[in-house]
Amino acid sequence: MHATLAEGVNWVGIIDWTVRDFHGYETRRGSTYNSYLVQGEKTALIDAVKAPFADTLLGNIDETVGLGSVDYVVANHAEPDHSGSLAAVMAACPKATLVTNEKCAEILEGYYGAREWPTHIVTTGDSLDLGGRTLSFVQVPMVHWPDSMVTYCPEEHILFSNDAFGQHLASSGRFDDELDLSVVMDEAKTYYANIVMLYGRPIARALEAVGGLQIAMIAPAHGVIWREHVAEILDAYNDWVRCRPRARLLVIYESMWGSTDAMAHEILAGALGHGAEIELLEVGSTGRTRIATEVLDAAVLAVGSPTLNMTLMPEVAGVLTYLKGLAPRNKAGLAFGSYGWAPSGPKEVHAALEGMGVEMLGEPLTARWRPDDEVRARCREAGRMMAERAVRAAAEGHLYPV
Amino acid sequence: MKKYECTVCAYVYDPDVGDPDNAIAPGTAFEELPDDWTCPDCGVGKDMFEPLDD
Repeated sequence: MHATLAEGVNWVGIIDWTVRDFHGYETRRGSTYNSYLVQGEKTALIDAVKAPFADTLLGNIDETVGLGSVDYVVANHAEPDHSGSLAAVMAACPKATLVTNEKCAEILEGYYGAREWPTHIVTTGDSLDLGGRTLSFVQVPMVHWPDSMVTYCPEEHILFSNDAFGQHLASSGRFDDELDLSVVMDEAKTYYANIVMLYGRPIARALEAVGGLQIAMIAPAHGVIWREHVAEILDAYNDWVRCRPRARLLVIYESMWGSTDAMAHEILAGALGHGAEIELLEVGSTGRTRIATEVLDAAVLAVGSPTLNMTLMPEVAGVLTYLKGLAPRNKAGLAFGSYGWAPSGPKEVHAALEGMGVEMLGEPLTARWRPDDEVRARCREAGRMMAERAVRAAAEGHLYPV
Repeated sequence: MKKYECTVCAYVYDPDVGDPDNAIAPGTAFEELPDDWTCPDCGVGKDMFEPLDD
């Protein structure tokens, strides 16, 4: 199977319809591992796929150009979803020289051991002349590993962006105009939030580095190829790298016997009608992938946990640990939750949020055993205050990086 | 004051700029950064930095 981007430029990747867990990322719509063939007088394969799909990749290459005619294999990134089948490709393409950067070569050796592959090391500014077509390379460290690189074909104005601009999205169409744009954007946002949110600054630099290029298509390593909506995804990335806050309040919580749940609903009730979009996300039924996605552009986070075994609930702790790693910026927040004899749960939530740089809007809201009328009123008041804060933050547009 | 480069991700610490996102003021030499300071781009420690030649 292959799909044509331009004459002599073909997608030869894999559609993984059934994957639902990508190292803990819930890939509810599956994924694709995109490989591309670029033909001039010589032929280059850009990126390989996950190991279990090696044979299908080789079949796709063979039906498109013939395995014997691959002269170069470009490795933009060493992560196994793009390199797992590299050994099979190098073995099946006898003429092929591996083209990669020094960091990527180091990591490939770390994964697969020292190999005898003919290798050509490139760095930013280097080009590969295919005869009638050129591939230029730009290293984009920490987008999202130290080795990350993008490849540009100036004759066709195609940016092979590897993981940047990707989406975990299996679909029958290979292009952004072949399915509902809202689905594509939602998956692009989910991917950004869960894979690269913490690298806002390096991504901003990468956007600058490729900003001077004329781009007709962005061909990422996962999901559909951008051709009709290039401007939209670039605009979205410009917002996401800065964690541009929208007027949104998230109420993220877990409950044991209903008290923290009642507090969450009082916060929601108090927040309604003050101009912010509010979402109630119960941790156990929502999952961290979706929560991280919603956090990306939310201005305010109310996070609740009761006290279990003198600490917070493990599911909430898991979400907070995950978020700490993803390092969301421009957030304000408040902790809440119930307790019986010591309010350790909500206090630890407060400390965790503060530790990840969230601006805390007050001390934790707590309820002993059950929220009484006074606590309920305080929760509603906090809800109103947080909704107003979210509206203000969106209007003022605090941005990171500045 | 010397600039230092992260050997993992190529981030450059410029003492004239500091690291304002992590409360490091402009004018702070690399040697004066706290021991627990980490690369703002990739998260590795100070030991992974090397001085840049002028």
